[in-house]
Amino acid sequence: MKYEPVIGLEIHVQLGTRTKMFCGCELTFGEPPNTRTCPVCLGLPGALPVVNARAIHFGLMTGMAMGSELAPRSVFHRKNYFYPDLPKGYQISQYDEPLCLGGRLGDVRIHRVHLEEDAAKLVHVGASGRIHSSSSSVVDFNRGGTPLAEIVTEPDLRSGEQAREWLTLLRTTLRQLGVSDVNMEEGSLRCDANISVRPEGTTELGTKTELKNMNSFRFLERGIRAEVARQIELLESGGEVVQETLHYDPRSERITSMRSKEEAHDYRYFPEPDLVPVRIEQAMLDEARGAMPELPADRAARLEREHGLSEASAKQLAFRAELGDFFEAALGSDGDVPAQPLAHWVTGELVARIGDSDPGDSRVEPVALAALVGMVERKEVNQGGARQALDCLVADGGEPRAIVEAQGLGAIGGEDELSGVIDAALAANADAAAKIQGGNEKPMGAILGYVMRETKGRADGGEVTRLVREKLGV
Amino acid sequence: MTATDAVAFTAAQAVDALARGDLSAGELFAAYRERAAGEELNAFTWVAEEAPAVQDGPLKGVPVAVKDLFCTRGVPSQSGSRILEGYRPPYTATVVENLERAGTTLLGKTNQDEFAMGSSNENSAFGPVLNPWDRGRVPGGSSGGSAAAVAAGLTPWAIATDTGGSIRQPAALCGIVGMKPTYGAVSRYGMIAFASSLDQAGPLTRDVTDAALLLGHMVSRDPRDSTSIGLPEAIRLPDARRLDGIRLGVPEELSGEAEGIEPGVMEAFEATLRVAQELGASLETMRLPHAEHGLSAYYVLAPAEASSNLARYDGVRYGLRSDGSDLVSLYTQTRHDGFGPEVKRRIMLGTYALSSGYYDAYYGRAQKVRTKIAQDFHEAFERFDFVVTPTAPTVAFGLGTKVHDPLAMYLNDYCTVPMSLAGTPAISIPNGLSEGLPTGFQIAGPAFSENAILDAAHALEGAIGFDGSRAFSRGGMPSTPPERGAPGPLGL
Amino acid sequence: MIDREQVLHVARLARLELTDEEVARMAGELSDVLGHIERIDQLDLEGVAPTTHVVDVPNALRADEPAPSLPREVVLERAPAVEADGFSVPSPQA
Repeated sequence: MKYEPVIGLEIHVQLGTRTKMFCGCELTFGEPPNTRTCPVCLGLPGALPVVNARAIHFGLMTGMAMGSELAPRSVFHRKNYFYPDLPKGYQISQYDEPLCLGGRLGDVRIHRVHLEEDAAKLVHVGASGRIHSSSSSVVDFNRGGTPLAEIVTEPDLRSGEQAREWLTLLRTTLRQLGVSDVNMEEGSLRCDANISVRPEGTTELGTKTELKNMNSFRFLERGIRAEVARQIELLESGGEVVQETLHYDPRSERITSMRSKEEAHDYRYFPEPDLVPVRIEQAMLDEARGAMPELPADRAARLEREHGLSEASAKQLAFRAELGDFFEAALGSDGDVPAQPLAHWVTGELVARIGDSDPGDSRVEPVALAALVGMVERKEVNQGGARQALDCLVADGGEPRAIVEAQGLGAIGGEDELSGVIDAALAANADAAAKIQGGNEKPMGAILGYVMRETKGRADGGEVTRLVREKLGV
Repeated sequence: MTATDAVAFTAAQAVDALARGDLSAGELFAAYRERAAGEELNAFTWVAEEAPAVQDGPLKGVPVAVKDLFCTRGVPSQSGSRILEGYRPPYTATVVENLERAGTTLLGKTNQDEFAMGSSNENSAFGPVLNPWDRGRVPGGSSGGSAAAVAAGLTPWAIATDTGGSIRQPAALCGIVGMKPTYGAVSRYGMIAFASSLDQAGPLTRDVTDAALLLGHMVSRDPRDSTSIGLPEAIRLPDARRLDGIRLGVPEELSGEAEGIEPGVMEAFEATLRVAQELGASLETMRLPHAEHGLSAYYVLAPAEASSNLARYDGVRYGLRSDGSDLVSLYTQTRHDGFGPEVKRRIMLGTYALSSGYYDAYYGRAQKVRTKIAQDFHEAFERFDFVVTPTAPTVAFGLGTKVHDPLAMYLNDYCTVPMSLAGTPAISIPNGLSEGLPTGFQIAGPAFSENAILDAAHALEGAIGFDGSRAFSRGGMPSTPPERGAPGPLGL
Repeated sequence: MIDREQVLHVARLARLELTDEEVARMAGELSDVLGHIERIDQLDLEGVAPTTHVVDVPNALRADEPAPSLPREVVLERAPAVEADGFSVPSPQA
C-alpha cells in the first residue's frame, strides 16, 4: 500500500517589538541573565499585565498578510501549568477567541494566528552541591514575556520538502512585514509539526504525532521525513501510531517520545481576568493596512503579470525577497534586457555561485548582470563564455564587456568567422557529414565538438548547427 | 495636647487640627505608633519604627494602616501567608503610592486571613485577630486586622480589600464604616491577588466622612491595571442630613430570618429602616431573584481564579522553599508547607472547577449566574436608588466556632457577595448593637454611585448616632497598666 | 461526590502535597461545598452570556515604550537559591 503523509505546522514567531508582551522590559539580545526583568515578567505578587499595542499591530499585519478574518474582539486566556520557566504558573495565551482566524499563505490554509508570551530560558548547569539533587537548572527570565505569534496551519502539507519550502515563504513574508527577524537558529522562529499518514486515495486522517524541536529548515525537512518513514514502517509491520509528542534529535536523527509518567496535561484554560478583551478598532485596522508592504505572493503575481515571467521563476524571486530585489534592480538598470532570461540567470547561475547569501552583498552589480545577459541574448557571448564572465564578476566585480574582451570570451557567431572552421570540421568528419546529409542528425555532436574545440568554446552552438545544415543542404 | 486627645480625632478632624497647628504630624504619628506597637489584638503584622519622610498633600501627616496584602517596598507584605513570610517587595502598590502622594504616612501593615480567604481572620499564618468589642470573638474577615485596628483606635483609618465582603463584613462586626467601591475604581496593581475579577480596595474608617476622604485619594485610573477605570466624578465629602425622595429596596432574598439572619441583627436592621423612613426615604420590599445563588457562583469563581493566582508561589523566585528531592516534590512540598488549610481547600475547589470535564458545569455556569445577578441589580436600580440589607447575618462569633465548618463560614458572605459579583459599590455602616455587639447596615447602589451612597450613609449615620468609642477607648490597649505578656481581658 | 481519587488528581494538578488525613478531610469538605454549589443546576441559564468582566472597560493597551527593568541584585535577593546569576531549581528532567 502507498501512504500519503498529512502535515500541519505550528509556528511560534517572536515579534520584533521593543518591549515585552505585557510589561515595559526591553526584549533581550543576549544581555547577562536576569537583567531584563520587572515585577510583571517575574510574576511577583500583585503585578499585573498590560497588553503591548504594537504586538497587536504586528498580529493584525500578520493576519492581513494571510487574508485571515480579524476578530473584532479578541480575548486572552490563562493556560495553567507548572514549570520553572513559567513565573506565574500560567501562560497568558489565547484560546477560543484568537486575534486572527483562517486565511491562506501560498498553497497552505491557515487555521489561526494568536498572541501569547514566551517562556523564560532554562539552562541546565549540571551537578550542584545540593544533597538530594544530582543536577540543577538555572532560570533566566530575560526572554520570559517576549511576544509570540503562534501560527497554526491546516494539515495541507504532504512532505518534509514542501514543509521546508512553505516555511521559507512564511519566513520571507514575516520578514517583509517587519514583524520579526524570524531567525530559526536564534530561536525567533520555532516550528512544531503535526504528522500523520494515510493510505493514498483515502481522506480520513490517521493518528497524528507532534514532532518538536526542529530548530532549522534542514532539520524540519529531515525530521518530518524521518517521522513519516517511522509511521509508515510501523503501519506496514502491523503496528499502530500512538498519539504522542516526539522529540527529533538532529545529531542522531533519532525520534524519541517525550511522554512522561505524569498525568496528561489539563491546562484549565479560563479568560484572563487581569486583562480586558481587545477590541479591534477601525483605526487599528487602518494603521496595520497602511503599514503593509508588498508580500511575496503578491510580488510573484506581479512579476508574472508585469514581466511575463514563468510562475516558477516569479515564485523563486518573490519568495527570496533579496533575489527579487536584485532582479528588479537589474531589470530597471537596463531597459533592453529580456526579463525571463534575466530571471533564469539570477535564480540559476547567480544562486549557484553565491548560495543563500544576499546578492546585494556580492560584488556583482545588478547592472553588470543585466549587461551580461544582454550580451548572451545578442549572441555576443555564448553560455559558456558568459558563465566564465560571471565567475569573474562574483570574484572581483567589474563590467562584463571588459571581462569578455580581456579574456577573449566573446562569441564567434558570424558566418565569416565560423565558415572556415566548419568546413574543416566537415572534412575531418566525412562520415558524420554523410549521415547528416542522409537525414540522421545524431552525428551533429561530433561536428559541434570539433568546432568548439577549435574555437575554445566561443562558438554559438545554434549558429554552428544552422551553418552545417546550410552547407550540407539539409 | 495629650496622645489620648490626638487619637480621639477622626482622620478628617486630624487633618484640620494639623492644618491649624493644634497638632504636629510627629505627635500624631507617635501617639498611634505607641498604640499600634503595644496592641494586644494581633491586628498588626508590622509597625513602622518611625514616620517616613512625608510628601506634601491634602492628608499630610495622617497615618494610615495598610492591609498586609498591599505591596509596600521594603516592608513585609505577606498576605497573611507563611509562603510569603518575611517577603519584602521591590515595589509599592499604586493605591499606597496614591495615599503617600496625598501626604499620609505608613503606620503599619495589618493582619488578615491568608490571601484574603476567610470571614473571621482565623486563617492568618500570623495568628487570629481579636475583636476589640469582645476579645473572645472574631473581628470578621478577611480584613480583620484593619477593621479591629480602626475600631480600637490603633490607627485613624485603614485600607483593605473586599472580594466577597472582606471590607464590609469586618466593618459590621467591629462597628465601623467600610466601603467596597465599584470594581475598577481603585487600581489593583500591587495588591496581592485573591480573585482578580472581584478584588477591590476600599477604606475602613470610623465614620462616613473619613470613608469619603480616604476613598477619594485611593481612586485612580492606573495604566498598570487594565481593569482600572477610576470614577467619572471626584468623591465629595458627604453632607446630606435627609433622605427625602430616596427609594430604598429591601430584597427578600437578602433579609429575613429565613435567610439565616439572626433575630437581633434583623431587629437592628429594621430599626434603621424606620430611621430611614423618618429621614424621608420610601421603602419597598423587592426581589433579586438570583441573589440567593450568589454564594454558589462566588465559591466557584473566586477559588477558580485563586487557584491560578496562587500558582506563582512555587518556591523558585521568592518566598518559602521546602526542600524537595526533585522539581515536582519541591513544588508540592513548598505549597504543602506554605499554604494553610483554607487556602488549600480553595485551591482544590478552584482547580477542580476548572479541570477538564467540569469547566462548563461549574465555572461556565457560575459565570452565567454572575450575569443574572448583575442583571437583577441593574433592573433593581431602575426602580430604586439603593438596595439595603444587613451586612452580615450574625454578630461577631466566638473564636474557633466556625473554623472547622467551611460552609457555615462561607454563609457570612451571604449578603455581601451579590454586590461583589455585580461589581457594584456598597458600604457598611454601624447599625446599633445586638447582644452588646455591633451590626452593620449595607447600602448598595449602581456602578459609580459612590457619592450618592456616601451621602445616604452620612444622613443615616447622623440619625443612628452609633457610638463606637466604647471599643475604641477600651479596644486594643491593655485596660490596666501594661504587663508584658499578660493576655488581654476577654469581653469588656 | 468527589472521591479520594479525584482529590488526588486535583492535588497533582495543583501541585499540592496532601497527607492521607488531609485527603480524607478534603474529600468530605469539598463534597459539602460542591453540594451547595450544585444548586445552580436548577437555574435555567440557556442563552445567558457568561460574565468575565463586570465593568465595561475600553481597550487598555500599552505603547511599546521601554520602562526600566529591576537591577539583578534586587531581582535575585529574594530568591531561595541562586546559581550562575539565575534562579536555581532541580532539573526538570532529573
